[in-house]
Amino acid sequence: MQDIFPQRIKMIQGVIIFFSFLFLINLFYIQIIDNKYKLKAKDNAIKELIDYPSRGLIYDRNNKLIVHNTNQFEIMVTYAEVDALLDTNLLCRDLNLTKEYFIETMKKAKKTSQYRPYVFLKYVDDSNYQRFQEHTFKYKGFFGQTRFVRQYPYANGALLFGDVGEIDSSQIKEHADQYVYLSGDCIGKNGIEVYYEYLLRGQRGIRTVVVDALNRVKGSYAEGANDNDPVAGTNLQASIDIELQRFGEELLTNKKGSIVAIEPSTGEILALCNGPTYDPNLLTGGSRNKFYPKLLLNKHKPLYNRAIQGLYPPGSTFKAPSALVSLQMGAINPNFAYYCPGYYPIGKKSLKCSHRHAPCRNIEEGLTQSCNPYFCQVFREAIEIPNSKDFQNDYDRWYKNICRFGFRRKLGIDLKNEKRGNVPDTGYYNRMYRNQWRATTVISLGIGQGEILATPLQMANSYCVIANKGYYISPHVIKGIEVKGKFEPNKDKKIKVLVPIDKIYFDRVTDGLEMVVEKGTARSSKINGIALCGKTGTAQNPHGEDHSIFVGFAPKVNPKIVIACIVENGGGGGGLAAPIVSLMVERYIKDSLPPASQNRFNSIKSRHLINFQLDE
Amino acid sequence: MAKSPSIFNKLDWPLVITYLVLMFIGLITVYAAGFNPEHPKIYDISQTYGKQLVWIAACLLLGFIIINMSSKVFSVFAYAYYVLILLLLILVLFIAKEVGGAKAWIDLGFFRLQPSEFAKFTTCLALAYYISELETNLAYTKKLLIALAIIVVPFALILAQHDMGSALVFLSFAFLLNRFGMSDYIIFTGFFVIIISILSLLLSPIYLILSMIVLVIIIAFFNRKSKDLNKYIIAGITITSFVAIYSISIDLVMDKLDKHQKDRIYVLVGKGGNDWNVRQSKIALGAGQFSGKGFLKGTQSKMNFLPAKETDFIFCTIGEEWGFLGCSLVIGLYIFLMLRILHLSEKHSSKFSKVYGYAIVCVFMMHFIINIGMTLGLVPVIGIPLPALSYGGSSLLSFSVMIFAFIRMDSERWIYTG
Repeated sequence: MQDIFPQRIKMIQGVIIFFSFLFLINLFYIQIIDNKYKLKAKDNAIKELIDYPSRGLIYDRNNKLIVHNTNQFEIMVTYAEVDALLDTNLLCRDLNLTKEYFIETMKKAKKTSQYRPYVFLKYVDDSNYQRFQEHTFKYKGFFGQTRFVRQYPYANGALLFGDVGEIDSSQIKEHADQYVYLSGDCIGKNGIEVYYEYLLRGQRGIRTVVVDALNRVKGSYAEGANDNDPVAGTNLQASIDIELQRFGEELLTNKKGSIVAIEPSTGEILALCNGPTYDPNLLTGGSRNKFYPKLLLNKHKPLYNRAIQGLYPPGSTFKAPSALVSLQMGAINPNFAYYCPGYYPIGKKSLKCSHRHAPCRNIEEGLTQSCNPYFCQVFREAIEIPNSKDFQNDYDRWYKNICRFGFRRKLGIDLKNEKRGNVPDTGYYNRMYRNQWRATTVISLGIGQGEILATPLQMANSYCVIANKGYYISPHVIKGIEVKGKFEPNKDKKIKVLVPIDKIYFDRVTDGLEMVVEKGTARSSKINGIALCGKTGTAQNPHGEDHSIFVGFAPKVNPKIVIACIVENGGGGGGLAAPIVSLMVERYIKDSLPPASQNRFNSIKSRHLINFQLDE
Repeated sequence: MAKSPSIFNKLDWPLVITYLVLMFIGLITVYAAGFNPEHPKIYDISQTYGKQLVWIAACLLLGFIIINMSSKVFSVFAYAYYVLILLLLILVLFIAKEVGGAKAWIDLGFFRLQPSEFAKFTTCLALAYYISELETNLAYTKKLLIALAIIVVPFALILAQHDMGSALVFLSFAFLLNRFGMSDYIIFTGFFVIIISILSLLLSPIYLILSMIVLVIIIAFFNRKSKDLNKYIIAGITITSFVAIYSISIDLVMDKLDKHQKDRIYVLVGKGGNDWNVRQSKIALGAGQFSGKGFLKGTQSKMNFLPAKETDFIFCTIGEEWGFLGCSLVIGLYIFLMLRILHLSEKHSSKFSKVYGYAIVCVFMMHFIINIGMTLGLVPVIGIPLPALSYGGSSLLSFSVMIFAFIRMDSERWIYTG
């Protein structure tokens, strides 16, 4: 090594000395000159108070306020500041506490942090809080603060809006990178509240105040130079029509099931109802601790969001997407005719048709009669191509086409824990049947039974494709995000997905779906003046009575609403699900119900399949 | 050479004592910062301070072993250590669990090993070995590129662990390369880019570009008689256009960073963001005033307002409890430590030891600047320990090995001269 630059030691020495002096000058400024950081001689003379921001409000699509906040008081304690001569009797009397509670809580406060405020008592009511405030000078180390609590004026949409609860330590760590949560902070736990937590939470404010020896606030410190005002959370506009949501939930009274309504042209979800449901106000503030375990343990699983998590075989409602795929693949033409002998032969066994009916001469008649053998054959034509050597490849083509309708994928709804459902792929069947399977092995897929599973959201979405004649917009529940006082469209969620099928096929299938309601399996659910198109379904259920399903849209031209409804153990699709959808459609499009429909509404509302009560 | 009775007569005691004092200050500060009245004993190993005491004992033992071994252990196997740690760094990417955003630790049950800490040491050794074996020096581009490669490989691996702090330390080796031949211009360009970055964040690009143009005109004016005037103007225009493009696209550069990193930089230049940590850190320092509140009397730094009061923000506790005096003492000790190592390196005739001395000064310097700089709000908040002071086994062990290896090398300098 030639060492020819010995003078360059000065570079590194220079950097060390430069920064050291920079630091010393800065320290001199912060510690000795600048008053801003100088604390008064008494340690407790300055205190940081937290101003909680108000959480973002949520409006419905018609700008009705559906989620807002109210005030609640709580008492904090800083253990190290508490006076040894504290009059505990007076404090307990003021706040209506037992001595045991006081001792127990103080122990916890000491254990958690001696120097940082600890939540001594939550959800203090007005009169107790006023008494406490009168004597506050006697309670050194204690102080009161206001906190916002959620309120839901409509008492609907519990699983949709979700709930807000106290953050736990694992969540504090999980979010540490984005926002400093403190213990005792509230955070969205479910639904919109958790998905949009980052927008709704706002930013907490911090006030440094000067307090005197009696713990009374004397004023702001350093004229508020270090204070940050709280920033309220962002307001959101939901795509929900709260009146329709409420109407749907009433229809599901004492039934297990779900209703999903979507505006097909925008992908906006108009209603997302679950049964059984509960009043979301039960999970706010102090009552959350009481009711959450009850809801969690209830045998009817009211906390289970069936609309996006419930997996059901779509049954006969699957026949419409299946027919469209077969048509587009060229396996059949719209005038495909099949004579139904009352059963479909599968080797030595056979699959029965649900009822006797005239032969189906085209796709419309097939749908109207919901003929099982007809659609088994429609499906078989698509996957069993004459002279084809590679059956699995043919099946795979069908599989890819049907998945375009949104099956077997998360649709990206802005709610957590969406399920993706299942359409079996070749690998799945190869594992199941050790490569020994043919069209007849999987024939029940053609009628929406077997291994296929979909959520009510996916069922509704697949009919959005039919209503839109060739595309869907990813379904979402938040339509607008407030920016500077105006709702800006929630663009991130509006993704258009094309389904390449010719318009003529959509027209024919739509005609068939209209006939289903006109004179087919759902003829009892006709609506005066509105052309409802849809398909009934009956999902076989090994545990009990069949699930009743109906998926449809209306009106036939320029559809405004697509609805999927499933009622668990509700029997045939025409029995419960179809009338529910027809009432929802009528309610939404006509904006009110004629008296005849009102009677139907009452009779469905009073059909009780389960007995859901929280105080069991 | 006469055989001396003990190695201890040949040690550079000022350096040894400075380092031991820093470790001792570290221990009592960790004790004060993490003080738990239910466990008041400093040797209670359920607490951070008890663990730190154990680590210091381990470091002293390791130091004792190192100064009794020949320094050949380090020079001969320099590349082997380097490669070994590189393998560990790759392994970390696959098996480490994510802690606080970084995938940097291998969990050994009793101890979380952080290979990036030891990568600093092995990179120092590898660089020392490579540069000392050169026949020429780093003024030759090819040699410089190889030296750069030795630095960049561990740098990139550590960056892949999302451990920005540890990765930045490797940039400090630029000063080492400069000392042994790399052009001054590269260092100046580095400073220039940092200054332009800060200015771009502070000012609108228009002002920056206008002032660059004015600067070029002034330089051209004073050199108007020079025959190289054209060159000056062309260079000026080129640099100005680079600055223009850079300052306009600074937001794109910022978008490459993680959100919290971006936040911390915006805090620094006073453009909002969440400045909770820095504000708390300054309040704690300010509370100390001239002579501090006294041992264990601090409250601000104890209030758990600071997320890493025993590691990254340990300097705040010193500031609050020992005031400006204590801070000056600690900074003074660091200055002495670093300048002493430089001084001893220059005197040394073994080329390996000389380069090694420079290398570890670079590492210490970067830790010193970033850590204290961030507590003062002069540098973005980057998680990086203060050498010898911060709580943590991996960093303490790694710094101790670095220092004691140098002390041993230094004790051998008579062998080469004598």
